[in-house]
Amino acid sequence: MQKNTLARDLIAAAVALALLLSVPMLTGSKATTNFIIYVSANGLLAMSLNLLVGYTGLVSFGHALFFGAAGAYPFVMLMQNLPLSVPSGILLTLGFAGVLALLIGAICVRLTEIYFSFLTLAFQMLIYSLMMNMIEYTGGDNGLSGIPRPPFFGINLADGGTFYAFACIVFVIAIVIMRVIVMSPFGFTLRLIRDNAQRATFLGVNVVRMKLVCFVLAGMFGSLGGIIMALFSQGAYPSFAFWTNSGDAIFMIMLGGLNVFLGPVLGAVILQLLNDVVTHYTKHYGLFLGLLILLIVLGFRKGLLDFVFDWRQSREQSALSAERKKAQS
Amino acid sequence: MLKVENLVKSFGGVAATRDVTLDFPDGSLTAVIGPNGAGKTTLFNLITGHLKPDSGKILLDGQDIVGLSPTQIVHRGLGRAFQVASIFPSLTVLEAMTAAVTSHRGESANMWRRFPTAAAEKRAKEHLELLGLAGVGGLLSRNLSHGDQKLLDIGLALALEPKVLLLDEPTAGMGPEERWAMIEKVQALWRLGGMTLVFIEHDMDIVFKIAQTVRVLRYGAVLAEGTPEDIRTNEAVIDAYLGRAEEHA
Repeated sequence: MQKNTLARDLIAAAVALALLLSVPMLTGSKATTNFIIYVSANGLLAMSLNLLVGYTGLVSFGHALFFGAAGAYPFVMLMQNLPLSVPSGILLTLGFAGVLALLIGAICVRLTEIYFSFLTLAFQMLIYSLMMNMIEYTGGDNGLSGIPRPPFFGINLADGGTFYAFACIVFVIAIVIMRVIVMSPFGFTLRLIRDNAQRATFLGVNVVRMKLVCFVLAGMFGSLGGIIMALFSQGAYPSFAFWTNSGDAIFMIMLGGLNVFLGPVLGAVILQLLNDVVTHYTKHYGLFLGLLILLIVLGFRKGLLDFVFDWRQSREQSALSAERKKAQS
Repeated sequence: MLKVENLVKSFGGVAATRDVTLDFPDGSLTAVIGPNGAGKTTLFNLITGHLKPDSGKILLDGQDIVGLSPTQIVHRGLGRAFQVASIFPSLTVLEAMTAAVTSHRGESANMWRRFPTAAAEKRAKEHLELLGLAGVGGLLSRNLSHGDQKLLDIGLALALEPKVLLLDEPTAGMGPEERWAMIEKVQALWRLGGMTLVFIEHDMDIVFKIAQTVRVLRYGAVLAEGTPEDIRTNEAVIDAYLGRAEEHA
């Protein structure tokens, strides 16, 4: 069997990054690079959510909380009000997201299934309403526009091309770290919990603690997505933290597939494409997008990459079963 | 090794465990029998920390474990397999075993190494070899036969290298031939490891053939205990249980 090694992942990541970085030279189209930046930000949101949904079996309905309220907003607020460099702003924001996720997660991960889902949604709505009321700090419905981006290490993010490269690099590094996590002993412990939490308990796994760690990690990666979005849109806006953004993240996972590592990224690509195409033709894009997603989800009942996964798995499994039968007869 | 003293548990007004005192000496092989509703599984749930007793003591290696969480109890060397095989459907047999070994090694939270680590996988393969599951390591657990799923369940408990292993009806739902194959495997594992093994079983032929000691529960209380020979001839047991077992079968 082919071994799934770290070296292989790193090579794949390096190739992907090289391809992404060569896009501006190949096309020179602003629309394409913008598209990729969107996908980086939303892809991180969906990928981080899938740590919970796909690997741990926790369907959070409130994940955009970390993208908006613990990502874009605090980052913009920090950068506007303190003389910070971009990297320290990012680190401080991630730290804030981690602490917030720890507090919210400590309450949520004790619940399962729909109760977990609704509690996460409730937290998102609560914090969203708080934010909308603290107009002084958050700009209310208008959000916060303008973000200082002082150059660091000679990198000037105000330059479009530089920012594109920065977004791609952050995106790929984050994906690699997530890959390392899901392929680690911890990653497989999460799968144990997803499959059968009670049994995992009787194998000596501290289920609540593991879920909480996963919740914190997911929150921090989601926050990173929000930071990229804030840098890109040069501000933080209510829609980032609104519940519909959590819904979009779930759509991305459902479209792309939750059993394949990069499924949610593919989902982010599809959703962004649909969005671009549909808004081009009609103002009522919500209606059309909703119908389309409904059709895809009800028609396929799983994400695109899940088909590939299932097909490969069933082929492998039937080969193994046949071998077993032969050995027994 | 494992001692239960004056254990009491009731649900609402119904007493499921009434003043049960049992002693399972180090390295013993004990069968727990009793009619349905006698409180056998409840006893297991109490010992493993799944339920909290109303009163009484549970001593593992001399230390009271009442009030500890199931996870803590597992780490003290008490393993358990379930009446209905409790496995990880979407993981392969080898992955599940390796993950269990990983937990035993205290590496469940390690994020920076690659799963499986060589040492954990090696150990998992040894366990599978012992169980006769080495040939199906690559199969998804849900694709295993019923009997192999039960074996895997036991294997997962074994991965923790327990001092005491509780098996809740290892032969449940199996045909006669499969039953004997299973129980012989269980016996072989016990001979190998020096474990204290306690199992719940309904098939009296199996019980009398392999158990060193038999404990009979009825209405949540201990009705009798002794060697298979004692139990077979115990009047109270025959009245309460063995006599009726014929009709059941």
